Amino acid sequence: MHPLPHRGRGCYASAVAGPIIALDNVSKRYGALAAVDGVSLAIEPGTFTALLGGSGSGKTTALKTINGLVTPDGGAVRVDGRAVADEPGWALRRRIGYVFQEIGLFPHMTVAENIATPARLAGWSKADIAARVDELLKLVALPADVGRRLPAALSGGQRQRVGVARALAARPAIMLMDEPFGALDPVTRDQLGRDYRALHDQLGLTTLMVTHDVWEALLLADRIVVMDRGKVLADATPAALLAGHDDPRVQVLMETPRRQAERVRQLAEGDR
Amino acid sequence: MDARLAAAWALLPDYLGQHVLVSACALVLGLAISLPLAVAAARSAAVRWPALLLASLIQTIPSLALLALFYPLLLALSTLSRGAFGHGFAALGFLPSLLALTLYSMLPILRNGVAGLTGVDPAVVEAARGVGMTDRQRLFQVELPLAAPVIMAGVRTAAVWTIGAATLATSVGQTSLGNYIFSGLQTENWVLVLFGCGASAALAMAADQLLGLIERGLATRSQWRIVAGAGGLVAGTLLALSPLALAGQSAGAAHYVIGAKNFSEQYILADVMADRLKAAGATVDTRQDLGSNIAYDALKAGEIDAYVDYSGTLWANVLKRTDNPGREAVLSQLTTALKQRDGVVVLGSLGFENAYALAMRRAEAEQLHIVTLDDLTLHAPQLTLGADLEFLSRPEWKSVKDAYGLAFKRQVQFQPTFMYNALTSGQADVISAFSSDGRISADDLVTLADPRHALPPYDAVILISPKRANDARLIGALKPLVGRIDVAAMRQANFSVDRDQDKATPADAARALEARLH
Repeated sequence: MHPLPHRGRGCYASAVAGPIIALDNVSKRYGALAAVDGVSLAIEPGTFTALLGGSGSGKTTALKTINGLVTPDGGAVRVDGRAVADEPGWALRRRIGYVFQEIGLFPHMTVAENIATPARLAGWSKADIAARVDELLKLVALPADVGRRLPAALSGGQRQRVGVARALAARPAIMLMDEPFGALDPVTRDQLGRDYRALHDQLGLTTLMVTHDVWEALLLADRIVVMDRGKVLADATPAALLAGHDDPRVQVLMETPRRQAERVRQLAEGDR
Repeated sequence: MDARLAAAWALLPDYLGQHVLVSACALVLGLAISLPLAVAAARSAAVRWPALLLASLIQTIPSLALLALFYPLLLALSTLSRGAFGHGFAALGFLPSLLALTLYSMLPILRNGVAGLTGVDPAVVEAARGVGMTDRQRLFQVELPLAAPVIMAGVRTAAVWTIGAATLATSVGQTSLGNYIFSGLQTENWVLVLFGCGASAALAMAADQLLGLIERGLATRSQWRIVAGAGGLVAGTLLALSPLALAGQSAGAAHYVIGAKNFSEQYILADVMADRLKAAGATVDTRQDLGSNIAYDALKAGEIDAYVDYSGTLWANVLKRTDNPGREAVLSQLTTALKQRDGVVVLGSLGFENAYALAMRRAEAEQLHIVTLDDLTLHAPQLTLGADLEFLSRPEWKSVKDAYGLAFKRQVQFQPTFMYNALTSGQADVISAFSSDGRISADDLVTLADPRHALPPYDAVILISPKRANDARLIGALKPLVGRIDVAAMRQANFSVDRDQDKATPADAARALEARLH
């Protein structure tokens, strides 16, 4: 993506020292099933964290407690030092970017109108919104004329670039991403992943990304939180996890990329 | 142009305007109720099932019955309101039609509204929440725009249904294009029936096409289509309503409402009375095709000012009497009782009877040697009785049946018009004829004598509503009719309207009858 001048942290930068997101013993049950079971997590500003786990591990549910799309049964969630339960969900979500696999572009609005939505909700002026849309289209590497099209006219990769641009529109400090690139082909997926990581660094965002893909977690994140059946199994840097872990389930999870990387290295060295 | 067609054209501005007025109001009201209900139902399953079930249930009630049910309901409410607040409201005409048609329009809007709103892609809903829209913003900025084409499809269906069902509003006293159909059916004027059907179908199609333009505009985000469709609807509605607005301006003079039940004689006599009032400088509305009991209740409540009823009908149905003290006694007791009970004035008998009489084809009656109802009892088990829609549920039929021990092989009900056809074509052997009907002599029928006097006398009488009991202009205009119309004159007038060739309109027949009086 284009190397724009560093704009610094978003306009809603954390006012207090300490974690920008904090989950304290959070639980959520669906009937008999404990989707999230006593999860505690502290996310420091400016970090890129992956929530890694299989389906049913509770990673998506845990993520959605942060922007109020899921209300926990027990425990507390704090964003910017403020309890999530203390403000209406819509107000909270205006401060947090949210990108998910199905993207959910508004099909009756143009790409530009889609991207503009959070800024419009925040009450920006028309001129500011138009400038911001142009800026975001450049930021996510889309040609300016895409703005006039309807989402249906775009490719899957372009659509998710629009999804990221929309989430960034009102300059949030936090980005929550739920399998954002899961539906894309491997090449597009790799490209978008790297582009997004560059944006994260450039804009000084705090990113929490849910994924079931170990490779994606290893290559993009600074920190990986492994979840299984609603509990946190491991919480460490990618390097530390690859080096080994006490829990055998984490060991098994890391075994695959290790073996595949080794095999690719051998192939690259002409060793058959 | 054909004279009947020309007469139909002349009535179009009034009928069309009234039809558009009641349909448009019902649709707007239906939309105003159904749309918020659809939103609530889409959000909550606890609202959805009861709402959809109720709307479906309403749809299973035949529209004619729904219209008819609102009349007694509103009448009771009006009476209560008169008791509580000192003034009631009109239970006949616009209000019951509006309410019934509104209920009728709700199902398609509600059902499509729920389908459209619940059919919005869950990912789009999640994104709307994700960017921080409130529930209200999500509804108006995302869900309603996306559901709009589906909702509009429901509105189109509702519009077509409402415009079609509005023809039935005629039966509760609301003028509509149904006036053509009802009166055409009664007088066997098929030009009129076709004209009414054609006009209401054309109106429904025009509304459907304009709404369809809006629907396509919403689906394709084409501004000009939406504007053109909405503009066409507004312009068309205003154009149709303009004759009513113009008519309303001349309402300074005294205004009367004349009622008529649903057969030719009633139309003719209502026109005779209306013409006399107009000649006296008043303006007149007619409410035709009223059911027997609706007409009397409406008169009692002052919603119509005068109409013609029959002494025997009032004797049996209003006073619930089953005895028969003779023609003079029935008339005088009726006059006293109605005045005392309801304040209704019996102005006097017109001079002829229109009695219920059982009639047969002359040839068959002679072959079976049937002259009286006693003779009929012997043969009844081999014969089919054709009756009009009211007769079998009226007390008069019960007393005839009981007095003579009549038991027919079969009993079939017809519109009065078709009843005579059924007799001449052999589908019925005996019918419940009307003694002043021109078709009795025209079709060579005989009426059977009633030696046990089971059927009361049926003198045609003019009734005046309590609030007009001392209205000099009304009474002055109508009183000269008392005792002036004999059965031969009435039969001839009726037949001129009912015959198959060279048909007269009820208005023509009324003028001819009036001319005979001088």
